[in-house]
Amino acid sequence: MDMFIPAQYEVARNQELCIACRVCERQCANEVHEYDKELGKMISDSTKCVNCHRCVCLCPTHALKIVKSDDTYRLNGNWSVQAMNEVYRQAGDRGVLLSSMGNPEDYPIYFNKILVNASQVTNPPIDPLREPMETIVYLGKKDVEIKRDIEGKLVDTMGPQLKLTTPIMFSAMSYGSISYNAHESLARAAEELGIYYNTGEGGLHKDFYKYGKNTIVQVASGRFGVHEEYLNTAAAIEIKMGQGAKPGIGGHLPGMKISDDVSRTRMIPKGVDAISPAPHHDIYSIEDLRQLIYTLKEATDYKKPVIVKIAAVHNVAAIASGIARSGADIIAIDGFRGGTGAAPTRIRDNVGIPIELALAQVDERLREEGIRDAVSIVVGGSIHSSSDVVKAIALGADACYIGTAALLALGCHLCRSCHIGKCNWGIATQREDLVKRLNPDIGYRRLVNLVKSWTSEIQEMMGGMGINSIEALRGNRLMLRGVGLNERELGILGILHAGENM
Amino acid sequence: MKRIYVNEKWCLGCHLCEYECMFASSGLDKMFKLKGRLSGYVPKIKVEGDDMSPVHFAVNCRHCENAICVQSCVAGALSKTGEGMVELDREKCVGCFTCVLVCPYGAIMPAADGKAAQKCVLCTDNSKEGPACVRNCPNGAIVYEERG
Repeated sequence: MDMFIPAQYEVARNQELCIACRVCERQCANEVHEYDKELGKMISDSTKCVNCHRCVCLCPTHALKIVKSDDTYRLNGNWSVQAMNEVYRQAGDRGVLLSSMGNPEDYPIYFNKILVNASQVTNPPIDPLREPMETIVYLGKKDVEIKRDIEGKLVDTMGPQLKLTTPIMFSAMSYGSISYNAHESLARAAEELGIYYNTGEGGLHKDFYKYGKNTIVQVASGRFGVHEEYLNTAAAIEIKMGQGAKPGIGGHLPGMKISDDVSRTRMIPKGVDAISPAPHHDIYSIEDLRQLIYTLKEATDYKKPVIVKIAAVHNVAAIASGIARSGADIIAIDGFRGGTGAAPTRIRDNVGIPIELALAQVDERLREEGIRDAVSIVVGGSIHSSSDVVKAIALGADACYIGTAALLALGCHLCRSCHIGKCNWGIATQREDLVKRLNPDIGYRRLVNLVKSWTSEIQEMMGGMGINSIEALRGNRLMLRGVGLNERELGILGILHAGENM
Repeated sequence: MKRIYVNEKWCLGCHLCEYECMFASSGLDKMFKLKGRLSGYVPKIKVEGDDMSPVHFAVNCRHCENAICVQSCVAGALSKTGEGMVELDREKCVGCFTCVLVCPYGAIMPAADGKAAQKCVLCTDNSKEGPACVRNCPNGAIVYEERG
């Protein structure tokens, strides 16, 4: 028999408030709650609870809360309870530990150690409610050659561009890892907002082809669901080389999440684990990458920008330099906090680097080499708020990808159990009774609200700095100051410490 | 006239609407005060489909154009308002429950005391602003709108 591992969280029910309406019981896919007829009251089994807060949110009398269990082993500054439990789990059930969503460990969050400037007296702030404040961004290659035709007129040599009304996009989340209704919410929100969502590596469901002009389709190492129509329907194509949550390895969609529809969309058998290889088996160099980029461009008549997405790793600046020279239009960099539907715990928690440092280094390297205009830079991997967007742009990004924040808008409470496939919020599941819990009419509205709120806040912050367009903020590191950072960190970020004058 | 419509596609079968309905008609200021008194109330909305069923939907009075309940009422307790809502005068009701038998939707039922019938009157008989079931449905499965 496996060793009993005590629950980390406990369901605390205020019996005085509980009217036994059983909504908690009916809404919990983990079967934590149960109405006990003999006792005439609700009882809960905390060992099954993943702490997704579905029951807490739906309880009409607010009789429920989830608390951190105070059960503890002998306190040990070296062996944490979690480290011990993981040993017990692996000793009982041999295998790689799986986790979901982004790295939750206690690493520094550099965005929180950066402060933004504001104008006073000499360079007055701008009121975004009274004066124009431009948040439109174009992503794509800008380093055009100036060419003239035989009559001396300028020839348009500008490559394809993605137009965003605000520098925010929904990052890649595949159909399979998330539900049909989650995808529909993202697609409809992207359309209404004039931004883009990303299919991830799971192909594009036939029903969503109509959102093509707001869709970025992904080509990953597994090539799931990739075909000519898929490429041509989209506004842009993203080659996924890596993912922040699991740099160096491919994706893994458990077989139980591969329903009929997912199987059809991905063009793979039903119920069988979908495993994307760690590398693209045809890419072992920048030259190989260039071949795939031009294969995709050729297939789409050079009308669509090609994005190359990489995880933020130690030599990210050199890698980005190579990508900028490979013909890519946009580089997407995913930081080590980036989310996932399933990743080996050790990789998620220990591999990669913070996006702030990666971004600063990539931007600097490309500028030093005079190729910054050859690509746009999009960053993701735990953009928590509009101020993170502002800071990322000032560090050199053209736009940000949000994934986790978008899922939070749809109801996710970061219980980090996506890989189990029983998402009580109808997001990371394919079980029909759970998928229907996410009504896209509500979901898309919440996403629109979120991005519009962030956009207003971005405008406020830009106005405060006396800046009236994203263009003027991009790479404007003088607008940033670090607090509590050492000289090395400030050097990598390319910013001054708070209190230092330029 | 604005009516309550249900969309079975989004109904989760959580039964929250039933409890919100009982709370709305209870006149209590806090929902948890229903504790121990639930037998004193019968919801005027009922979720169809048991817990294992893949389909659920909430049913309450449709406020039919030619309301058969109104036609069948022997006491003149059921009537249509100018707007078209079917209402029930508890004082006139003699508890014959003919209306319960004839309603094709099962949307009229005996009240908890068994002495009169009860039915949904769109929360016009309590202090809630608009139908409580609609406002508290977590998934937008019950809507209150004007349809042609």
